[in-house]
Amino acid sequence: MSDDLLGTFKAILSEEFGVPEDDITKDATFEALGLDSLDVVELTLVLEEKTGVKLEDEELEDVRSVGDAIAKVEEKQG
Amino acid sequence: MTQVVVTGLGIISPAGRGLDDAWNGVLSGRTGAAVDPKLTEMGTPVTLACRVPDFDPDAELGRGSSRRLDRFTHLACIAAREALHHAGLTDGDEETIVHADPDRVGVMIGSGIGGAETWASEYPNYLEKGPKRTSPMFVPKMLSNTAAGTIAIRSHARGPNMTVNTACAAGASAIHLGRDMIRSGAADVFIAGGVEAGITGLSVSAFAQMGALTKNPDPATASRPFDVDRDGFVIGEAAGIVVLESAEHAAARGATRYATVAGAGASADAFHATAPPDDGGGAVLAIRRAVEDSGLALGDIGHLNAHGTSTPLNDAAESKALRTVFGAYTDGIVVTSTKGVTGHTLGAAGAIESIFAIQALRHGLIPPTANLVNQDPEIDLDVVSGEAREVHLQAVLSTSMGFGGQNAALVFLPA
Repeated sequence: MSDDLLGTFKAILSEEFGVPEDDITKDATFEALGLDSLDVVELTLVLEEKTGVKLEDEELEDVRSVGDAIAKVEEKQG
Repeated sequence: MTQVVVTGLGIISPAGRGLDDAWNGVLSGRTGAAVDPKLTEMGTPVTLACRVPDFDPDAELGRGSSRRLDRFTHLACIAAREALHHAGLTDGDEETIVHADPDRVGVMIGSGIGGAETWASEYPNYLEKGPKRTSPMFVPKMLSNTAAGTIAIRSHARGPNMTVNTACAAGASAIHLGRDMIRSGAADVFIAGGVEAGITGLSVSAFAQMGALTKNPDPATASRPFDVDRDGFVIGEAAGIVVLESAEHAAARGATRYATVAGAGASADAFHATAPPDDGGGAVLAIRRAVEDSGLALGDIGHLNAHGTSTPLNDAAESKALRTVFGAYTDGIVVTSTKGVTGHTLGAAGAIESIFAIQALRHGLIPPTANLVNQDPEIDLDVVSGEAREVHLQAVLSTSMGFGGQNAALVFLPA
């Protein structure tokens, strides 16, 4: 699992969503970080700008944690 | 009839931040107008605006909350927090109501536009990037009822929660309706007021195209209500929120009372989308209804915080309306328009001006109309200019007129 991607998530979640950086680990669920379903969709839009990868609604269904999202992005990056 | 009193005041405006700062700002008569860098960058035909100074929503509300909310909701939350704290309903910087039953606290907020900045930024994004890149926050940020809803979320007020739109009279209409809801028994307390944050390239361009905005490029003289050289308003942004409470409820918890909402009147011009009738038409009815509702005599009203937008049409029509209602008693009414300082804050105006009228009543001090140098001979009113004037006041009036011909008037008495 890429440390670069974790860094990207840390940057987005702390700068754009105001989540304390220390809380952002691969195991942290978005719910625990204070993000609701609207925030997660918004997150995918910012993520696309930073990485070029767009996670679609249906791909988010089983994404709960930062690690789940990173795995999806890696899968799509091939 | 249940008496409804004002027990808390909160304001964030171009005149200043917080009640004391804003009050001192209007007393100083220094205009809040400035060339707006964002408007200049966008190349709008008018670039003057009255912004809330030094406002950083991320620092005030936290990045996580602020990014989910439009600027008009940011301003509303700040003013509501101050008003609740001022009313002694919250502890310290907390926003949760702990000194009243939150289920009996309602929210009534007026806004003319709602999330103007969200519309302005998201629509180009939709056009450029397409439907699948549209922000899921667009709807909750933009809806004009979000300010009222968010105040409830943050304060836990679970009474009736509503939004009223009478354009530039919305802040006054909210206080009117909040009072009436308390009288109806629907709640003991209402968080009521108005908010607007509509300084966008689109809205400024459109107001300019209407000829509503001043073409005067000098910030120091642009917003000049009642002056013979006035030629339009300067757009402003603000939030003004008051805590309204039944006198019984206020007494039971030992709350400090700042004023009584003694009279409220509303009317329509039934005339034109944006222009008032020359004779002040509907404004006459609203003012008359407010005074009648208060049970006061015409001679009791000693001060008017006028709508006074600095447009040629409004100020002249308002002057005629006042004289029509008050006749010879008009000469005993000391008038000001605080829009010389704040600009026209649209849906917030009726609320922040109610707060200034209440402050005038409390302190016996009427702020000057900033930038008024040569009073228009057609404005046959005693308007304060230059310095604030000391006047012992028995009762005060605030008037607001919205596009659509929607008028509101409020009468306040000492508590």
